[in-house]
Amino acid sequence: MSVTTPIYLDNNSTTRTDPRVVEAMIPYFTEVYGNAASRSHPFGWSAEEAVDKAREQIARVIGADPKEIIITSGATESDNLAIKGIAEMYADKGDHIITAVTEHKAILDACKRLEKEGKRVTYLPVQANGLIDLEVLKAAITDKTILVSIMAANNEIGVVQPVKEIGAICRERGVLFHTDAVQAYGKIPLDVNENNIDLASITAHKVYGPKGIGALYVRRRNPRVRLTAQMDGGGHERGFRSGTLNVPGIVGFGKAAELAQQEMASETERLQYLREKLRRGIQDAIDETYVNGTMEHRLPGNLNISFNYVEGESLLMGLKDIALSSGSACTSASLEPSYVLKALGVGDELAHSSLRFGIGRFTTEEEIDFVVNRVIREVSRLREMSPLYELAKEGVDLATVKWAAH
Amino acid sequence: MPPKTIYLDYAATTPTDPLVFDAMLPYLGGDGFGNPSSVHQAGQRVRRAIDQARDTLASEIGAEASEIYFTSGGTEADNTAILGVLLAARMETGRDHLVTLVTEHHAVLDCAQFAEKTLGFRVTYLPVDREGFVPLESVAEAITDRTALVSVMHGNNEIGTLQPVAGIARLAHERGAYFHTDAVQTFGQMPLAVAALDADLVTLSAHKIYGPKGAGALFVRQGVRWTPWLHGGQQEREKRAGTENAAAIVGFGKAVELLPTWRDSEALRLARLRDDFIAQVLAAVPGAGLNGPAGLRRLPNSTNLSFPGTDSESLLLGLDLAGIAASAGSACASGSIEPSHVLLALGMPSGLVRSALRFSLGRGTTSEQLDRVTTVLRRLVSSDGPVRV
Repeated sequence: MSVTTPIYLDNNSTTRTDPRVVEAMIPYFTEVYGNAASRSHPFGWSAEEAVDKAREQIARVIGADPKEIIITSGATESDNLAIKGIAEMYADKGDHIITAVTEHKAILDACKRLEKEGKRVTYLPVQANGLIDLEVLKAAITDKTILVSIMAANNEIGVVQPVKEIGAICRERGVLFHTDAVQAYGKIPLDVNENNIDLASITAHKVYGPKGIGALYVRRRNPRVRLTAQMDGGGHERGFRSGTLNVPGIVGFGKAAELAQQEMASETERLQYLREKLRRGIQDAIDETYVNGTMEHRLPGNLNISFNYVEGESLLMGLKDIALSSGSACTSASLEPSYVLKALGVGDELAHSSLRFGIGRFTTEEEIDFVVNRVIREVSRLREMSPLYELAKEGVDLATVKWAAH
Repeated sequence: MPPKTIYLDYAATTPTDPLVFDAMLPYLGGDGFGNPSSVHQAGQRVRRAIDQARDTLASEIGAEASEIYFTSGGTEADNTAILGVLLAARMETGRDHLVTLVTEHHAVLDCAQFAEKTLGFRVTYLPVDREGFVPLESVAEAITDRTALVSVMHGNNEIGTLQPVAGIARLAHERGAYFHTDAVQTFGQMPLAVAALDADLVTLSAHKIYGPKGAGALFVRQGVRWTPWLHGGQQEREKRAGTENAAAIVGFGKAVELLPTWRDSEALRLARLRDDFIAQVLAAVPGAGLNGPAGLRRLPNSTNLSFPGTDSESLLLGLDLAGIAASAGSACASGSIEPSHVLLALGMPSGLVRSALRFSLGRGTTSEQLDRVTTVLRRLVSSDGPVRV
């Protein structure tokens, strides 16, 4: 089999920068190196032109106006700017924010920070399929609610929230709608106007662009969204976000956005095919596996499976030639089971035995075949050593077993 | 871009050194694309590269690696330093006062105003003398037992004034306050040791030292109480959330590694060029004057000159037609029509301020280039309108 290991299947965590993107960035390091804020010479103008073009490319993917794109250092900054910026700007209108328990830590930690400062935050539960219940959302909105922040697609289980319905509810109730669209951007169609999105966080390095560059979409009309800047100094980005612009990074983001948009349709089909091949290959061969999150509304490249009677860490260790994770990279230093899976009602055992597969632009069919074989072999090996699996196969209900102390 | 353009705006930004760029490439386009927080090899390889950059930077400034926090740039580092210390101090010790200068970079000034107007802190903005220095007595008078932080930039980005930071730091420490300095401009021009600066927090940036845009760092001395500014992940020891800009950080590390190979000789070369250039322009252009201090008390690459009776906008236009890239002051404010707050703070009348130009020298600068700039300046100033040159 013609695959080179290690195989990279962690594309929800970060992606390889597309060579076409790198090529676009290169001149902006050593030739067109001006400060885009320099208004007095062509070094600055050329840099600014490049930034303008990239801003257009970035905006087009979500049907936004280039003026509505605020460049940041990444999605964490975008999320922080959206949540804290709105909370401060609309403080006289209300003090209540609604989000969901399965959001990325960038949202959850920013919300916790606001709670410390006296704001109120409602964390919506999710259903077993990972989606929020729209009726629960409606009931949570009060006349003090200023913002609803629900991610478009989840980073661990890839489920796509009913963004359009959420947008409609928010618009009807006069509440701003922010979505962390990091995983969805460039992967599935997402139009800010069709979906009534007022703010959206996006980042380059999940769509084959470079790290260190992200953006916040901020609606300019119907309604005109205002925001308290979180980074002061110089008044770049229409005063919303100061700091010298990372020109090569922005150019790379623009190119990555353009490529993602051009290739979205064909890539979606390819990824879904590979993902199905992976899922069926695993589930047809191994019993007691459970897909986490709905398969119906899901990012094309994402698969998250729990393997009963197998310990997640041992499985990851056994699959060292495949770059995988059991959940978010941002929390991968911790041994806690995924809070996202727990929110779906997945038990501790199954939550501890989950693997996240992130299939991407550079994943080949041969690699998927290889991975299926390796996973089957490794899970079988670990289960052969598992007395629990043996008992379960004999028909013993493990919940009723009384364990002897020793 | 015209290839023959004379670039004299190194204080705004510098080109990325080709060696720096080569070091970055594997992390931009090669196999070094992993997320450094991932436990697999693809991630851990990047983690090691970031750690190495951190070690390089730490040893260059005489710090521990654990005292270096990478940020998206100088602005973020300044914001983090000021708000991080103020918010922690108010919660823990009740101190709620900031002392800074009227001539600081906007990253510090705007942040101070935000702290004052939105967050309710008290801020003292100290005036400076005609050369941009803050008298130590006025610093001493401004600091009280409520002062949490004194923030004074090391080398001014517009007029090159090198503040006596160690003396200011001592005054802060005597009253139990922390000292922060924005050393973005000085880093590439003189050896920088946190012990000599006596600073508790130091802001640094890559793109002013021939590194890439998009990477900066905040040094925070062990034991300083501060709260993070970006929330949402365990990166940078839970003090700065967000996936690391690995390529830029690696480039920053490389740029720092290269510093000792060129910095001191280049500083000498630029200081000589600068002094010749200033003398030449003052002699050739009637009425021209130098803004800020001269000699050793000024950043080696910094010149700022005013040309009474002209306005900088049309001078810049004329210079541009002649293929010379200069600026009227900070790039960060160059979209605005406000006259420079730094020059106004020196007590210059606003008409004179509006006639000032900043020429900041760097690696590509030669004496032939500066001769040409002098010639062009003389023609521009002595004629009534835009001239073909």
